[in-house]
Amino acid sequence: MAARKHRRVGDSPLVRRTLIGLAVALTVLLLFMPLVLIFVQAFAEGWAGYVSNILNEYTLHAIGLTLVVALLTVPLNMVFGVFLAWLVTRFRFPGRKLLTTLIDIPFAVSPVVAGLLFLLLYGSNGWVGQWLGEYDIQLMFSWPGIVMVTVFVTCPFVARELIPLMQQQGREEEEAGVVLGASGWQLFRRVTLPNIRWALLYGVILTNARAVGEFGAVSVVSGNIRGETNTLPLQVELLYQDYNTVGAFAASSLLAGIALITLVVKAIVEWRQSRN
Amino acid sequence: MSIEIQGINKFFDKFQALHDINLTIPDGQLTALLGPSGSGKTTLLRIIAGLETPEEGRIRFSGRDVTDLHVRDRRVGFVFQHYALFRHMTVAENVAFGLNVLPRKERPGKPEIRKRVKDLLEMVQLEHLAGRYPAQLSGGQKQRIALARAMAMRPEILLLDEPFGALDAKVRKDLRRWLRSLHDELHFTSVFVTHDQEEALELSDQVVVMSNGRIEQVDTPLELYGRPDSRFVFEFLGQVNVLSGKIRDGVMSQGDAWIRLPEGCENDDAQLYLRPHEVRLTQSASDQAHLPFRIEAINLIGAEVRIELKPDGWECDELWEVGISHTEFNARQPQRGDRCFAVPDVGHLFCEHSPEPKTLEWR
Repeated sequence: MAARKHRRVGDSPLVRRTLIGLAVALTVLLLFMPLVLIFVQAFAEGWAGYVSNILNEYTLHAIGLTLVVALLTVPLNMVFGVFLAWLVTRFRFPGRKLLTTLIDIPFAVSPVVAGLLFLLLYGSNGWVGQWLGEYDIQLMFSWPGIVMVTVFVTCPFVARELIPLMQQQGREEEEAGVVLGASGWQLFRRVTLPNIRWALLYGVILTNARAVGEFGAVSVVSGNIRGETNTLPLQVELLYQDYNTVGAFAASSLLAGIALITLVVKAIVEWRQSRN
Repeated sequence: MSIEIQGINKFFDKFQALHDINLTIPDGQLTALLGPSGSGKTTLLRIIAGLETPEEGRIRFSGRDVTDLHVRDRRVGFVFQHYALFRHMTVAENVAFGLNVLPRKERPGKPEIRKRVKDLLEMVQLEHLAGRYPAQLSGGQKQRIALARAMAMRPEILLLDEPFGALDAKVRKDLRRWLRSLHDELHFTSVFVTHDQEEALELSDQVVVMSNGRIEQVDTPLELYGRPDSRFVFEFLGQVNVLSGKIRDGVMSQGDAWIRLPEGCENDDAQLYLRPHEVRLTQSASDQAHLPFRIEAINLIGAEVRIELKPDGWECDELWEVGISHTEFNARQPQRGDRCFAVPDVGHLFCEHSPEPKTLEWR
């Protein structure tokens, strides 16, 4: 047997083992250990302690508020994202390129800055806020404000997933549908939606993960009122500042749990997407 | 159903894609829109379908003005260049789409739809593929499914955008014949776009030649090939040999080359266009023409032997090409580099100072 004389660059066993070892070490130290520690800390007082921490009145309220925010944000941004992607990929109009760029603003701006901007605009001294104040409507430091900033922060996810896909698919199928007599709604439901469903679901998962976990922007506009305007991430911070480490980690374990479920669903959706 | 197109102008931003198009497409005929890419042929087809809106002009189907009628109400069949099959539907669902989106009052019942789909798939000879998805089909199969889907609504007008453009030569030829026979059987009015002159001439009853958003000529394939109106049409429809020169006292000349023209040709700068089959090759010059050449290349493949000729003692932009039969080739055995002379039988004279080309005959 003739030995293989030519190896590819960097293909020596030493290089390979070093690189693999380094990657594994970093993954364990930076990703896996912290995740495990969350659960270790959360159960430091045993199962009963964990349950009583979760059943804490304020933590329960924070869970509820977080769910409400996600339930309002996700459908809103789903509709908005589909609408925007449709607009940008199916029509030509002046300012189309600019609009595609503007979609990314929430990604480019730090969430804290976004929160401050909303405070400036809709706070009791802000331009819009003052006018709303005359009608006794308060947006900031209450749940509508939290929903507003969450919508802002998460609005690019769905559109970002859909735009490249819809651009690549083109409009020929939709044109074929119209020629065959389909109405606008029939076209969307029978042609467009089935073609984008997996990308849409993927976008929704990302939107949901971010809506549940958002801290920066929400912390600016929430006012941190226990049992009123605290979402789960804010509650974690408050508990930690109260030196209630176990309570903080118990609440964190819920967020970590949502993250893990998200990852599993995301993997399934990606697998389905690659099969189509 | 005839299609009357009247005064159509179409702009894309500042670019004018169509200039004042006037055209009548007769009922029951197969018409080709032929032209190079960018000539506006696809835009015109899409305007007929209603997928594009012209800035000016009217479209009428058998006298009925449909210019402002929405695409979905025009009830035309349209076959897209890349088929545009619905990728998440089976072949049967694709074909049934048009029927399934009908308003409930007009929609046939489920068994009726199933029967119609079966008939259509039988017509395109693909009933065994009803359960497949478009990704599992070959190009030729996709094309036939796209056609079946367009026919499901029993349109009186069928529009096809480069229907055979993406297929390989063999499948293309089969499908062409099949479409022709289908058309003869069902007698709808069809318009198809192509950039392939052979396809247009072989398949259609009427050819519309377009260039730069304008119609150059509308004619039957025979007339178009035999009597082109313009240099563009002449050059676009197959190989052409050109002699540019000056006419003085009935003789056209350039360098060592000259041809004695028939009676009635004014003194002018002119170009003589000749098809490969309108020229004979001889060993010596005749008293009617003196067109010396050297043989540059010999191509034996095909029904004819094609001989490429380089002018000897005069000039032209492109090499001349003459076809001779294999029998003649075997008898004479011409070699690369041999000197020979061309003798025209028929030619088409384009003079600088008269717009109409003139067909000349020497026999």
